[in-house]
Amino acid sequence: MTYRRFAVTLVALTLLLVLLALACLVFGSVDIPAGNILDILTGNGSGNKAWDIIILQSRIPMIATAALAGAALSISGLLLQTTFNNPLAGPSILGVSSGAGLGVAIVILALGGSLGGLFGESVGSYMAILLGALMGAGVVLVVLIAFSAIVRSNTMLLIIGILVSYLTSSVVQLLNSVATEEGVHNYVSWGFGNFSGVSVAQMPVYAGIIILALVGSALMVKPLNAMLLGTRYARNLGINVSRTRNMLLLITGVLTAVVTAFCGPIGFIGLVVPHIARMSLGTSNHARLVPATILAGADIALLCALVSVNNPHGIIPINAITPIIGVPIILYIILNRRRIQYFN
Amino acid sequence: MNENAIFVTHDLAVGYRNGKNVVTLLEGLNLTLEKGKLVALLGQNGAGKSTLLRALTCDERPLSGSIQVNGKNLLEMSQKERSRLIGLVSTERIQAGALTVTELVGLGRQPHTGFLGRMDDEDREIVRQAMADAGIIGKADEYIASLSDGERQKAMIARALAQQTPIIILDEPTAFLDVASRIETMRLLQTLAHDRGKAVLLSSHDISQSLMLADELWLITTDRQVVTGSTRQLVADGAMDHLFDNRSIHFNPQILDYSF
Repeated sequence: MTYRRFAVTLVALTLLLVLLALACLVFGSVDIPAGNILDILTGNGSGNKAWDIIILQSRIPMIATAALAGAALSISGLLLQTTFNNPLAGPSILGVSSGAGLGVAIVILALGGSLGGLFGESVGSYMAILLGALMGAGVVLVVLIAFSAIVRSNTMLLIIGILVSYLTSSVVQLLNSVATEEGVHNYVSWGFGNFSGVSVAQMPVYAGIIILALVGSALMVKPLNAMLLGTRYARNLGINVSRTRNMLLLITGVLTAVVTAFCGPIGFIGLVVPHIARMSLGTSNHARLVPATILAGADIALLCALVSVNNPHGIIPINAITPIIGVPIILYIILNRRRIQYFN
Repeated sequence: MNENAIFVTHDLAVGYRNGKNVVTLLEGLNLTLEKGKLVALLGQNGAGKSTLLRALTCDERPLSGSIQVNGKNLLEMSQKERSRLIGLVSTERIQAGALTVTELVGLGRQPHTGFLGRMDDEDREIVRQAMADAGIIGKADEYIASLSDGERQKAMIARALAQQTPIIILDEPTAFLDVASRIETMRLLQTLAHDRGKAVLLSSHDISQSLMLADELWLITTDRQVVTGSTRQLVADGAMDHLFDNRSIHFNPQILDYSF
């Protein structure tokens, strides 16, 4: 019975993914007839150079970027929620995204350029930026581990995450004060969140790292389930808890850092999607949660991307859309926590 | 040497490290668990029951001494090896409300399954048997969230059974239960020891239940000694009078409990 629910949910999420990807392909700021899109996809070309470029170098990379970013952030959220035994954990609320953002800002300044203008043409420069994001996310995760050993309260850890975010954004602002006006402008627009920042040339690195880390998370299903029982039971089940926790946080850090470096600090997706997966499947079993979280995350991000590019007055920032989807869901969860099994 | 002895400590000292200070709670412990026996660990609050159990399950390193299980040093084993010898039931809050009883008990198979934790038919049969033995099989497909405290405890005991360890250690297994569930749980543990040959150690505040059902007692006395022996012998020797500091209560052997 529960297996059927799992299968149905997975099929529905996959269908939705296909539909949303098609919608992102067809609808955009420029009207391109569906027939011509088909011609472009089959390699025949539409006869309109601009249309070819829009589909092949803008819409398809955006679809891939958004789907992978959504999956990556959602898995980050799931791993953080299980690791810290905290249903309201997520990469942005715990400050991991802002740590990555700070890393990005520091690297750009250290490279002698202005803030923003994020990805120059050279591979070296965006690799350095990625590294900066990884270091930033890593530092925040280490801080969180240290504090989680001292403060046992879930709420306190969330507050520490929020404080970390404030601290990093103040450092970024201090950096901004010595940066050029153009750099500041670029940094601010990066902060809005955007799925159009990954070029075709950068896609292999972006997609490769994310897919590798997602596969890594799927391999952690067994220890993740043991962690549901808390560290003492997990140890009793033969799990090396500290090694597992480090591995989970490494995967989280990589996923959040890559997405943040390329797309900006995107909120709410990582926090909300694991709950959508748990509620639609009715289980905390990670063998089922991981695939459903990946698919639902990709779906939500594609939905955001679709809304973002289909505004006649210009692109809507992703971070203006995610709270509109995320906040009602979080409020629903908080208000209904007594009725939701996984809180009890 | 007793051939039923499966778990033996030598000169064990337990306590905690507080910065540079080492606080020793209990020392010189030579304790033995035997197959087929139910042992109750009793002592007043703060006497060191939980600390001792955490050392015995290797959740905390003992300050000194050794623990041998089947003649092998428990402290030098890998986490995985230990997980096949000792099953634990603690009072830790778990996050597993949205697992079914079958899924929760299935986690007990983790020490025996492969990298991804997939179960085969034999594993599933062991899980089913564990639920039957613990008397929770009627709720096999229910969410943990929907269970009463007593049923939850049975599910956790079934999980430890599915682990198929020769030793089961329980930290206050009856702490949050009503009287009926307490008696049921204790009887279940007694059955596991007597009929399944498990070595079962539990800590408890429930003196009369423990004295009625446990084969042996480990008493942490007020002068920080651990007195061990058969329940009958210890009661007859008056060892129960050294369990609590409070002079206004006395052990009454007629009712197997304390009275004013």
